Amino acid sequence: MGTAIAFYFISACILGFAVLVITTKETVHSVLFLVLDFLFVAALYVLLGAQFLAAIQILVYAGGIVVLYLFVVMLVNLKRPPEAHSDPRRKTKLGFGLAAAVLAELGAVAAYASKVPARPIVPAAVVPGITGNTEVVGWMLYTSYLIPFEIASMLLLVAMIGAIVLAKREL
Amino acid sequence: MEITPTHYMLLSAALFIIGVVGVMVRRNIIIIFMSIELILNAVNINLIAYSAQQQNAVGQVFAIFVIAVAAAEAAVGLGIILAFYRNKETINIDEMNLMRW
Repeated sequence: MGTAIAFYFISACILGFAVLVITTKETVHSVLFLVLDFLFVAALYVLLGAQFLAAIQILVYAGGIVVLYLFVVMLVNLKRPPEAHSDPRRKTKLGFGLAAAVLAELGAVAAYASKVPARPIVPAAVVPGITGNTEVVGWMLYTSYLIPFEIASMLLLVAMIGAIVLAKREL
Repeated sequence: MEITPTHYMLLSAALFIIGVVGVMVRRNIIIIFMSIELILNAVNINLIAYSAQQQNAVGQVFAIFVIAVAAAEAAVGLGIILAFYRNKETINIDEMNLMRW
């Protein structure tokens, strides 16, 4: 019961702040609502027993990425409102229609999936002596998923160099 | 009143759709990037909900990879926004049509 109340409260906050992110006029307010949204997503991860991911979510998203967004919003000082000029060929209704179609499709898949009987859960091979969320995730990262982990680190290095090259005035 | 993975899936679908609407309707490119972050968060919620249901940490490992890719995407995308703003003094995507046709 307590879990259900927590889930519905956190979900309502996540969806409400997400709607505010995309509807607010001021870009800075939008970024601040995005921080709140990320914090509630982290709370949802704690509810799901993924404490390590919750910490990563707060550190990387709410601490790192959002600060990057704030820097860009501060650096870009616009003389006229960013949405003043609109392309006459722009079809906003088509955008809503496509989004509604995707929502209908996802809802149909969810309804179908809830009817299908659940397959029996096969617990993952647990290495003896490893307990706790962080230990399990770290073990998997450094054994089965070592190569993807290294590729992710290379991706971050390339993105860092690319961002510096792009944002630099003159090379 | 049990919370099943279907609940998490519906929450994730709703968050995904909010992100899609933001991408399709807004013209401020910074807000479009934030909508993409919302979409990636929706994917992560799904991955972790099924990771919790299956008692298997693989979903959390993949969520870490998604976060890494989101960080890379935000860094490069915001660099592009800054470079574009320096040249054209705008962040409205309707005016970013240099390479459209």
